[in-house]
Amino acid sequence: MSTTLLPHKFGPYGGQFVPETLMPALIELEREFVSARNDPAFNAEFDKLMASFVGRPTPLTYAKRLSEKLGGAQIYLKREDLAHTGAHKINNALGQALLVKRMGKKRIVAETGAGQHGVASATAAALLGLECVVYMGSVDIARQEPNVFRMKLLGAEVRPVESGTKTLKDAINEAIRDWVTNVRDTHYLLGSALGPHPYPTIVREFQSVIGREAREQMLMDAGRLPDTVIACVGGGSNAIGVFSGFVNDEAVELIGVEAGGSGIASGKHAARFGDATKARVGVIHGTRTYVLQDEDGQIAETHSVSAGLDYAAVGPEHAMLRDTERAFYTSATDEEALNAFQTLCHTEGIIPALESSHAIAEVIKKAPTMRKDQVILVNLSGRGDKDLNTVIKELGTSM
Amino acid sequence: MNRIKNAFKNKPIFMPYFPLGYPDLPTSIDVIEALAKNGADLIEVGLSFSDPLADGPVIQQATQVALEKGITVKKSLESVKELRNRGVTIPLILMGYFNPMLAYGLEKFIHDAREAGANGFIIPDLPLEEAEEFELALSGAVGEDEALPLIQMLAPTSPDERMESIARTAKGFIYLVSVTGVTGERREISDDLGELINRVRAHTSAPVCVGFGIGTPEQAAQVGALADGVIVGSACVKMIGSSKKPVETAKQFAAEFRGALR
Repeated sequence: MSTTLLPHKFGPYGGQFVPETLMPALIELEREFVSARNDPAFNAEFDKLMASFVGRPTPLTYAKRLSEKLGGAQIYLKREDLAHTGAHKINNALGQALLVKRMGKKRIVAETGAGQHGVASATAAALLGLECVVYMGSVDIARQEPNVFRMKLLGAEVRPVESGTKTLKDAINEAIRDWVTNVRDTHYLLGSALGPHPYPTIVREFQSVIGREAREQMLMDAGRLPDTVIACVGGGSNAIGVFSGFVNDEAVELIGVEAGGSGIASGKHAARFGDATKARVGVIHGTRTYVLQDEDGQIAETHSVSAGLDYAAVGPEHAMLRDTERAFYTSATDEEALNAFQTLCHTEGIIPALESSHAIAEVIKKAPTMRKDQVILVNLSGRGDKDLNTVIKELGTSM
Repeated sequence: MNRIKNAFKNKPIFMPYFPLGYPDLPTSIDVIEALAKNGADLIEVGLSFSDPLADGPVIQQATQVALEKGITVKKSLESVKELRNRGVTIPLILMGYFNPMLAYGLEKFIHDAREAGANGFIIPDLPLEEAEEFELALSGAVGEDEALPLIQMLAPTSPDERMESIARTAKGFIYLVSVTGVTGERREISDDLGELINRVRAHTSAPVCVGFGIGTPEQAAQVGALADGVIVGSACVKMIGSSKKPVETAKQFAAEFRGALR
């Protein structure tokens, strides 16, 4: 029945499970995106902002001391933490904000978990002169306070969400409710590779700059492609961005790391691929994918020390990559992530975001099992300044 | 299907929405029975979902309470059966989000809903683009002629060509969303509603029922002058949910709206 311009599904996943009111907006968005990507002027403007405003290309850093400490594979970090606003989220936020200008809309709404996408959206809105409202669960507001101030400084209105679990999933519900009400002049600037088509494709395309740069930089700096690429997966935008650069290189292993929370057995986690008892294919926020839910199809509460991974569903393209075994997915617990966080601080002088620390945790497990002439590329999706309150609370006096 | 057709004999019809399990399961069954026997022509029986993204605060809160008190799809279907046993004869349309139906198993859900005595489905997060799977499951066991209808929704934002393709295949009736937004009462009925209804009628002879934003008998009368049916959700849930005597309130509510539409 679908007559979309771009493929609207990834195998059996994806689709457009939204109220009719929003369908015309999705159709318009897809049309605008396709025309923009075929417009050299749009691409030139995007590339120019990526260079002059975001600071791209972000560097590739050889993690010498971490590699030596682990005693196995050589580890390279793709430094999205050095992008303006401190995470990869800005790539997609700016790309979509340029689309908003093209569509002639004046207002954006966004959801945020860790606050990184909210900050990126507020930044893009300030840069391009758009009104910006960010929905954020009150639980997340409490644990990501610095980012709330940053959004406000950038001129955005932050609306606390008190419904449901008061985290990312409820912020998305509220953003969609705002969008459905104000759809004629408002764009929903969705921050992850989630939601109804065309969002997962749009977000991947704007984030694919990570993978393109990283592939080129690996060839330049290491003289070869990595054996393994590792990224953390909440909705999965940083992972899909870096994976997209290597997905056609069959020899490159792709690993996504979900939030293991207090451990899979505890039930308190956000490992959509890791918990066969709670994760089933379902539909949430407009897309069909793996969803943590109860027997009756109610969306489960999730837990992670990192707000950005604390979400019950995974991007639909990851679901396909997992089924086809092109990518593999594992998880890291809160404790493992906190340890990895400290390890990277000590060995490399880099404070990673707690989200990215999950990817580092997998590096710590995986690198020692590999040979010294092998190479791991890890996407360091964001910096950890925003997480200091959480880390101080979690580590307490042990620091 | 015939039950729905019969319901439209005296137009405009009154279609309240009420979720099973709110404020608790036995009360909700009593309330729906009271609505049915005091003037409702068709009832949208709500199935609860943890993330009702098309709903405003009133229905969010009510369905949340229903979930906290343990409502499930299975209990909801059993309640429909109970309503039939109590002699409720008007059409009962199940309104809920897609994921709990998927989790129950589509074929089984449709089968059990039919067995229980439901007459159709409204699924706000299943637009035309994604309806095929459900449509196939509907006709799979019983054939297209006997299939229960999946009621399609139209919105003020639907362009003409889209309205046409949706309205052309409409079964049962058309659920026309009167405003861009989520469910919930509004101060005024939009001036453009008549025009919007005419746009829909240009493409279909199916009854056009209007919902979202209708909160008072006066507004119902206003909309009833234009449409074939008037859907009242949030106002119904709020009034009955906040009452100390929900069943009494339901009787009055139905009678009042029924009166306003005659």
